[in-house]
Amino acid sequence: MTDAFTFRIDGVDVLARPGQTIMEAADAAGIYIPRLCDHEGLRHQGGCRVCTVRAGGRSVAACTQPAEPGLDVENDTPARNRIRRDLVEMLFHEGNHLCPICEKSGNCELQAMAYRLEMTQPTRFPWLEPCRALDASHPDIALDTNRCISCGRCIRASQDIDGKGVFGYVGRGIHRRVAVNGPDLAHTGAAVTDAAMAVCPVGCIIRKGEGFSTPIGERAFDHGLIGHEIEEKRK
Amino acid sequence: MTTAPGDLPEDAIRAICAGFGNDRHRMLDILLGVQARQCWISPAAMETIAAATGLTRIAVEGVASFYSFLSLSPKGRVPIRLCDDIVDRFAGLDAVAAAFEAELGIRVGQTTPDGAVSLELTPCIGMCDQAPAAMVGDLVATRLTPDRARALARALRQGLSPTEALVADHDRLSPLARAKAQVEDNIRQAGEVLLGAVPLDAGIAAARAMTPAAIIDAVETSGLRGCGGAGFTTGRKWRLAASAPDDHRVVICNADEGEPGTFKDRVLLTDRADLVIEGMAICARAIGGREGILYLRGEYVYLRDHLQDALAVARARGVLGDGFDIRIQLGAGAYVCGEEGALISSCEGLPGEPKTRPPFPVTRGYLGHPTVVNNVETFAHVARILDRGPDWFRAMGTDKSRGTKLFSVSGDCARPGVYELPWGLTLRELLALAGGEDAAAVQVGGPSGTMVGRDGFDRRLGYEDLATGGAVIVFSPRRNILEIVDYYLSFFVHESCGYCTPCRVGNVFLKKAVEKFRKGQADEADIAYLKELSATIIETSRCGLGMTSPNPVLTSLENLPLVWAAVTRPRKDGLKATFDIQAAIEGGRRIARRRSYIFDRDFSE
Repeated sequence: MTDAFTFRIDGVDVLARPGQTIMEAADAAGIYIPRLCDHEGLRHQGGCRVCTVRAGGRSVAACTQPAEPGLDVENDTPARNRIRRDLVEMLFHEGNHLCPICEKSGNCELQAMAYRLEMTQPTRFPWLEPCRALDASHPDIALDTNRCISCGRCIRASQDIDGKGVFGYVGRGIHRRVAVNGPDLAHTGAAVTDAAMAVCPVGCIIRKGEGFSTPIGERAFDHGLIGHEIEEKRK
Repeated sequence: MTTAPGDLPEDAIRAICAGFGNDRHRMLDILLGVQARQCWISPAAMETIAAATGLTRIAVEGVASFYSFLSLSPKGRVPIRLCDDIVDRFAGLDAVAAAFEAELGIRVGQTTPDGAVSLELTPCIGMCDQAPAAMVGDLVATRLTPDRARALARALRQGLSPTEALVADHDRLSPLARAKAQVEDNIRQAGEVLLGAVPLDAGIAAARAMTPAAIIDAVETSGLRGCGGAGFTTGRKWRLAASAPDDHRVVICNADEGEPGTFKDRVLLTDRADLVIEGMAICARAIGGREGILYLRGEYVYLRDHLQDALAVARARGVLGDGFDIRIQLGAGAYVCGEEGALISSCEGLPGEPKTRPPFPVTRGYLGHPTVVNNVETFAHVARILDRGPDWFRAMGTDKSRGTKLFSVSGDCARPGVYELPWGLTLRELLALAGGEDAAAVQVGGPSGTMVGRDGFDRRLGYEDLATGGAVIVFSPRRNILEIVDYYLSFFVHESCGYCTPCRVGNVFLKKAVEKFRKGQADEADIAYLKELSATIIETSRCGLGMTSPNPVLTSLENLPLVWAAVTRPRKDGLKATFDIQAAIEGGRRIARRRSYIFDRDFSE
């Protein structure tokens, strides 16, 4: 830690090592920066943009932007969180997210982020209501890309951890979506034990045969806001 | 459909892969090769390509499904791609499309049953000065009329190749002459630097007598800034790349001019190809470049043979060789590839997605090597600066915008074409030269630039005020400004890569909001909504595309507010039109094939 330096997030001094991103340093210091596509142990993607902070007068993604000595970062402010709420709302409106009928409800990071960012009003955005086919071909896993937020965690986990490449992006723009390496999921090398099957933040990749084994009320985000584990490090 | 009659045998696909060394970084070339031979990228072809290059099939599909000119369903042997730019629309695209449809017996988006011809729309192909235009296979047809479209369609149906149908005496013409037979230069004003008389090899000769550091000093002293639009100081970019630790550095020429209304690089690539190559060679000498790539937009494929000729001549003259050579990387229909990170991704055989910055390309670019990406015009300027000296260049233009600039002027003006002028002239002066004095609005810098109204015509072109990569699109008082804004947003929706949320989703919402104004359903709150949504998209987008895509909305709101005010009204009933009943029941009407008895007005009584 000889080269360690400090920078500030919302006025709090944070220690960082050269090469660390703003988010990595913040996590270590117990400061939570909201994020959806980023996941511990996976390459940073910088796609969802929910972690956007102001740093050195510019808006940057905290998950990919390196920390710099003396940098002043604006994170948990009404202006930042309003923009983040816009992005989370965009993701809700892009897909079909019906929390009351979703098995992931209570464990869902998108839903939890909406609560954290106080998405409590009707939104102004139009609903795109896509119609995407369900893939229930695999004996242990169901894939419902209507609930996909294109975070790409499964793609990176399958490629880099499982060494399989079961998932990938196809298409461009609003038609860009996650697809599988074969005619359907059953005809890929996917296994329910893959790391890729455990990183989905939403109810897109669902394990069959264990629905509601944890009852509503006892789920991950029933115990605290998303990010509370990181924030508790500071207390 | 998983196979089509014209599909190649597996061996032929493997041979195409082997032709590019089974190199996954040449994926775009491999896929373009397959597309050209069997008119689509079939699932079987993707399997074969994946096996040959050591990738997963889904990775191959990721590339194949990204680019507009690659197709996952069978297309005609001659694809006709009608340029769907707003300038083409105003110049009569509808009638031309109808003529093609009638003569071919298909609609836009379809292929003739014999698989001979398919008809589709594509964004700006860089021919706005001779619109309406279309790509016909690898060739270009300009100044289309319904009569010309019918004759062309008939010729293709009779089995003529695009070359036979479009270029008389093609066998006896050089590639350059063939290109000029298809596309006019329309040079309206030749300036001192680029389009006037230019000596051959004078720049590289001067550079060879200088140290690399002295070359960079000269380029920096000249004040030259990147001519693609962003305007980064060229000398500084080179200095950063030269100082990055690596023994392999890369020089890339960005010939992906996709900004609607821009076509000045087309003229340079046609008439000043040797100057562009010379500029790249000078850059290689300055930064220690070992590899050069000219990224040619897929729409300019008609220039490929001519550019190959120019490269061969440059090798023969000794401009290239000696440790630095250039290959042409053909694009495949993706505007975002004009962004330097996306362009590098595309050169690497990936979908054209921008790269995370930092690291910047000057430190880690193409395949991890320090890379300079400069625009066509920038390299041409460099060759001239080395020949005539930085002070000569610096003396032209303004403080922050040195030298001359090529402007591509099109739209409602008497003399559309390319104008080389020193930076700093007013828009009014340019409009007078081009015969566009009665303009009601001018789009400076293309859709990602600024829409200017009449009260802004005394503003000056330059980085001090109206920056532009060159596009100047003139709109007469007859044009519907909101139709133009709506069109530009549809362009950005089509061209967003989809990597980041705000650009992928936000632009769709922005377009829908503009549609609401066009239907007369918007009120004051919708103006605020447009501004807030735009701000979110600009602030959080990952690359320049999303950071500029709301500009048609924001700059027209600022400079032509009355256009928006005219269609903004408070509703008398106090209701907010957040729900469009007509749009909502449209699907039902189509399925039932009858009108709605409740919501469709009946005027018969």
